This record gives sequence, C-alpha cells and structure tokens, in this order.
Amino acid sequence: MSTIMSTITKTSINGGEFLVKETEAKDIFIFEEFTEEQKMMAQACQDFIDTEIHPRSEEIDSMKHPELVPSIFKKAGDLGLLGIAVPEEFGGMGMSFNSSMLIADIIGGAGSFSTTYGAHTGIGTLPILYYGTEDQKSKYLPKLATGEWAACYCLTEPDAGSDANSGKTKATLTEDGKHYLINGQKMWISNAGFADLFIVFAKIENDKNLTAFIVEKGFGGITMNEEEKKMGIKGSSTRQVFFNDCKVPVENMLSDRQNGFKIAVNILNIGRIKLGAGVLGGCRSVASMSVKYAGERKQFGVSINSFGAIKQKLAEMAVRTYACESLCYRAGQDIEDRMDALAAEGMPDAQAKLKALEEFAIEAAIAKVHGSEVLDYVVDQGVQVYGGMGYSADAPMERAYRDARISRIYEGTNEINRMLMVGMLLKRAMKGEINLFEPAMAVSAELTSVPSFETVDTSELFAAEKETIKKLKKVFLMVGGKAAMALADKMESEQEVMMNLADLMIEIYAAESVILRTEKLVGMRGEEACQPQIAMTQVYLFEAVEKIQTAAKEAIAAFTKGDEQKVMLMGLKRYTKADLVNTKELRRQVADYMIEKGKYPFS
Amino acid sequence: MKILVCITHVPDTTSKIQFTENNTKFDKNGVQYIIGPYDDYALARAVEIKEQLGASLTVLNVGEAETEPTLRKALAIGADDAIRVNSFPKDSFFVAKQIAAIAKQNGYDLILMGRESIDFNGGMVHGMVGELLGMPSISPVMKLEIEGDKVKMAREIEGGKEYVDAKLPLVAGCQEPIAEWKIPNMRGIMSARTKPLVVVEPTADAVVTDVTSFILPPAKGTVKLVDKDNVGELVRLLKNEAKVL
Repeated sequence: MSTIMSTITKTSINGGEFLVKETEAKDIFIFEEFTEEQKMMAQACQDFIDTEIHPRSEEIDSMKHPELVPSIFKKAGDLGLLGIAVPEEFGGMGMSFNSSMLIADIIGGAGSFSTTYGAHTGIGTLPILYYGTEDQKSKYLPKLATGEWAACYCLTEPDAGSDANSGKTKATLTEDGKHYLINGQKMWISNAGFADLFIVFAKIENDKNLTAFIVEKGFGGITMNEEEKKMGIKGSSTRQVFFNDCKVPVENMLSDRQNGFKIAVNILNIGRIKLGAGVLGGCRSVASMSVKYAGERKQFGVSINSFGAIKQKLAEMAVRTYACESLCYRAGQDIEDRMDALAAEGMPDAQAKLKALEEFAIEAAIAKVHGSEVLDYVVDQGVQVYGGMGYSADAPMERAYRDARISRIYEGTNEINRMLMVGMLLKRAMKGEINLFEPAMAVSAELTSVPSFETVDTSELFAAEKETIKKLKKVFLMVGGKAAMALADKMESEQEVMMNLADLMIEIYAAESVILRTEKLVGMRGEEACQPQIAMTQVYLFEAVEKIQTAAKEAIAAFTKGDEQKVMLMGLKRYTKADLVNTKELRRQVADYMIEKGKYPFS
Repeated sequence: MKILVCITHVPDTTSKIQFTENNTKFDKNGVQYIIGPYDDYALARAVEIKEQLGASLTVLNVGEAETEPTLRKALAIGADDAIRVNSFPKDSFFVAKQIAAIAKQNGYDLILMGRESIDFNGGMVHGMVGELLGMPSISPVMKLEIEGDKVKMAREIEGGKEYVDAKLPLVAGCQEPIAEWKIPNMRGIMSARTKPLVVVEPTADAVVTDVTSFILPPAKGTVKLVDKDNVGELVRLLKNEAKVL
C-alpha cells in the first residue's frame, strides 16, 4: 500500500469543501488499506475485549465489584491501549490519528467500557496533551498513558449542558496568589468514581468565559454523589462531583485564563469523530450476532435467515455500517494528512493537531451524528431479528440496545451537532474560507435555465452514481443558499430548517464516501470480488436520495412560497432524479453474502 | 539459554472448512489465520521463562510467505527473532526435518511447540524432532519449570497427571494451563516491525506421506424424539439407522 500511496499525489481538500468539490477515489483512505501492523493492533484490542470484557459484561454492568472496572482499565493500560494518541516521549505509543480511530472503533464493541475508555483517552487526556505546558505534560501524561491514573472531564453542570459556557463553578485566587479555590457542582461525569485526575472548567471571578484546570484528586475538597442509575452503559462510572474549596495550584491552570470554552469545543471536536468511529465495533458485533442468530433460529421449519424480511434487516445493518466506516476513515485520514502537512510546515505538534481537527470540525460533527444514528438503527434491528429473545435481558441485544442510546446524547446532542455543522459552514463561507457563494449562484442561475439533456456515459462503474452525487450537492447549494438569503439572521431561530440542511450535508458526505470507497476497493480487488460492496453502494445512494428529497422539501416549504417554491421544487426534482434500483434484490445479495460468511464481512 | 518455539499457522477455530480440487486441497478463501492455540501456550510460557531467567527466544514456522503475519505476531508477543522455512508444510516428518536442521545449526537448549496443530492435528512433530536431535521429547506438557539444567514438568495422562524431570536440552509439546495466552501489547506490535525475520530454504524434500483426499464430517442431522413407552422403536433406530448396535 505504501508504494501505491507514494506514487500517487493526493489532492487535499479543506473542511466542508466536499459540498462544492469533487473528490476522487484515490484521494480517500479506505478501511481495507490498513496495514498488517494496524490490523494486528486491532486484533489485539479485539482479543482484549473478548477475554477481559465480554465474559464479564454482566458483572461490569452490575457495579457490584467496584474494583473490577479499574482492574480492566489497568490491563488496558498494560497493553498500551490508553496511550495510543500520546507521543512516545510522554510514555505513549504516538500512533497516527487514523490508527487511534481504528482502536476507538474496536473498543466501541466493548459496551460500557468503551465510555470508560473514551472518557479517559479522549476528553480526559487530550486537554493536557493539546493545551498543557511542557511541565504539565511531563508530569501527567505518562501516568495517564499507562493507566496508572484515570482521568475524567468535568464540564457539564446541572444547569449548563448543551450551553456549557453558562456554568456556575467558580475559581477564586487565594490571597497569597498561589492557589485557586474551586467551588461548584458538576454532573454526568464519566469515570468520576475512580478518577485520579479531573479536568475542571470553572469561571475565574466574573469572567465571561470558562477557564480549564488540571485537578488532582489529592488536592482535596472533592466529594461525589452515588453512581447515577442509567438506562445503559451501566458499568461506566457516572457521578456528580462537588468541588468545595478545592485548592488548585496556579500552575495547574490549563492554557490561558478564559480559554476554557475554546478547549472544551476543540476537545469535543475530537471526541465527536472518535465517537463516529467508536460506534463501529458495536455495529459490527450486533450485525454479526444477528446473522448468527438468524441462521440458528428456526420457524415454520426453516432458518429465519431464509426470509426476505430478515434478509432486508441484515443487509440494511451492513449497508449503514459500511457507510459509517467509509466516512469516518475518510475524514480521519484527511485530518491526519492535515496534521502531518502543518507539522511539516514547522507548526508545533500539538498546535498542528488542533488546527487540523478544527479544520474538519464539520466532518467530525457529521461522523458523530451519522455514527450514533447508524448504531441506534443497527441495535434496534438487532432486537427485532432476535424477536422475543431480543427483548430478554438474557440475550445480548437488550444490553446493546440500551448502551447505544447515549451516543445520540453525549459529545454534544445530535441536535446541537446538526446546528453546529450548518453554523460552522456558514461561518466559514462568510470568512471566505470556503467558496459556497459562487457555486450557489451558479445553481440558482441553472434553475431558471433549460435543463441539459446530455446523457452521462454509464459504461464506467459508478459514473451514474457520481453524477447523482454532483446533483445532490446542487440540492444543498440551492436549498442552503436560498435559506441563507431568505432567513438571514433568523436562521438560528429556524432550527428545524438547520436540521434539514444538516441532513443534506450528512447524506451527501456519507453517500459520496461510500461510492469512493467501493470504487477504490474495486480498483484493488476487481469488480468480481466486490459485488456485495457494489450492491451496498447502490442501496445506500438510493436511500440517501430519498432522505435528501424529504429534508429538502421540508426546508423549501418552511421558507418559500408561490413561484419561488415551484421553481425550487422543480429544481429538486431535477437534481434528485436517479435511476430506480431494485433494492430488494440488492439487499438479498448483501444478506446472502453475510449469511455465507456468518458475520458482518466487510471489514 | 536459547529457546526455540515452533509456530503453526492455522485457520481460526471459527473458520468454515471447505476443500477444492476434488477434495484434495484446503480452500483458503476468506479464512483467517492464527497462531496454533497450543503453540500460543508454548510461546507464552517461553516468554515467561525469558522474562524470569533471561533467554534468547526464536520462533520458527515452516510455511510460505503468507505465514509471515503470524510470525510477526509471535515477535509482537515477545520473541526476539523469527525464522521462516520457505515451504508449504507438506507433512509432519517434513516439518520435523526442517526444525531439526535449524536446531542442529543453532543449538537450542529448549524447543517448545504445541502438543499438536489444530489443522491436521498430527501431534507427531515434537516426537520426531526429539528423535532426529537425540533429545528427550515430552508431551503433552501442562506445567514446565526450569531449575538449573533440570526441567520439572507435569504431563496429562489418562485419569491423572504424571510428573517428569528431564535435563536440558529437550523438546516439549505444550498445552494449557502451562501459561496464559498473551495478547501482544501495542509497543510489542510496533517493535515487531524492526525485529529480524529470516527466510531460509528447506533442506532436501523429506515427504513420506501423500494426502489423497479429504472428507468433511457429515452435516449434523436432526434430533429424533422417541416416546418413552416405545423402547422397541428406539432399539430399531439404533440398530438400523444409527447402526450402533
């Protein structure tokens, strides 16, 4: 693979630019390109889950043995899984960004432990890695990378959830100027129960913005409520944390005063894309278990996997999981390439990483929303395939179903993320960082002109599908452009329209990623070997077009009337015209392949 | 001390087993390969000995280029270097000959391997290697402790255990619970890349057997329930259908 990569020049793309630029298959990274070493790491991680976690899922969730999760956590540390993203000089593995995505992906199949893992390695460790001084990094990172210490992230408060900057926790400088006294209450803190280190956000005096602090448990003044009783991820410690004159040395302030909100936002960016990847392990394991169960369960004298209704479900689980993989690793590599490019220009490592992540914040939000909704879909269908057993706590689907639900809520709710991605895009367009204006004007002009009757040469694989993607981008430019003009400042209060626009962005990015992945894969393995992937690609695109049509119609109806509305609806019809595919047959083809392999066989 | 661990490259236990070419060739299509589970125990024990007593640890596989990821996994788990004898492992005697040739060259104190592979399950290689090298060969070893040049072992025997002492050098075919399987850690995986993996050509062909064909066991049939009052029917079925009486 490395030889292929080095002989092909990759064209780089900026964050959000997928809406106005075409990407070629050679320019994206696909799951199938992971190296032998990366695959070995993924397998080691899977072996860890299979031996240390799966056999004890019930015991972990019962929380009857408070020492159990910390002991598994320590073992993860021994294997090096807690220091994946931490540079080697600070005791970590210093692995590439997409490798860390892959590990998050596999750990995602570990139920509640994946939250423990994500809270520690992501929001717990990264603030220090990206914003800490050299002293702070060398003091804390080696402990966190090896699992000697566990970390948690204290941002949310009872009255400050999605509106994080409104937190009331205060930090007051002591008279001698050597310490801050932190007072306040934090809520929904993952890992709080056994954490040794707390990243705490508080306001100094009457500051408008938050400031972040590194707080050791040993500083004192920290108390906690009992464990929260949750719907799912029951084995992950979640507690309220109270800071009562917690005495923090001034040198433990993280970054500058009032920079906390920015830290919170940037760290959540990473959390989001990691969560996108982090649902994949769960999706694969639920899809694979469903394939097995459907083969074993007999009704009317035959295995239920022989029924079209069941095949439809199995195939659809695969189609969406495949799409999520495609977009996550595409975005992951774009981020990694940008990190490398900035570092090569001489930017300090931490800064380069942050900048790259900020650049692709839109894609990160897409990954989070798409991933969490795919997971929810997959577990829901998993329960359905299991039927009555799906509802029983004695079978694995019940837990998977409950555990999945949090993903749409944490790391910024999917609603917040949808609005963020639209908001960020518009902001970038205003700043001239992305040229939406001209393409939007061109689409607007095209709407009132005679449609082109040119036919696309469909002899090449995916030529028609790529043409559809081009047109779907025009749908976004048409609806988004008009919404921006018609709603202007009111846009933010028209959240429903923003969510419609976000759905267009998500589906365009996902469908394009799927097509490009399959195209690249066909290039590697040949068309014959990729028939199920080609089928999945056609199904996904069909569904994306349908979703885009609905979302666009809703948006158009919300802010246009009369002739203008007519023109837009005609435009929508024109841009969403695609050949009808036989989804029934395609899904059967995918399901039969899964049944033959006895699992989700695409990664 | 120099330890050699012989590793087989075998299909994952959940693989679907199929044959091609008129049932004479194993169908590798879509099969995932692993370190033979018994060899994995042997390797885990060798890594422990290396950590406790200090030793150089070499892993060896007789196989074609496709087996290298399996060898590299063994390096990630803790071996220092690897040797691949570049040939399809034609039969037990062929493999034993290759191992013996390498061992004669390099002079190992302890040669460990699994009690058997899990593909062809011959369970003969350790015995043959011992014979070819003139060393004691003990199997299946479930416990192995080294005290000086003495090796204290426990063997599984019918209905119990047998304790065996022998002197180095020796060959042992291992099984659980000799050690716990080791999952390679991330650092091990990263360092495996830079550890030496030498490819050597096999010594003269020493094949003594020829596989004519394979057959899969018959598919599991359905369960027949016989009413408890109908013992005659049960006897008839056992006689005529199951043919066990």
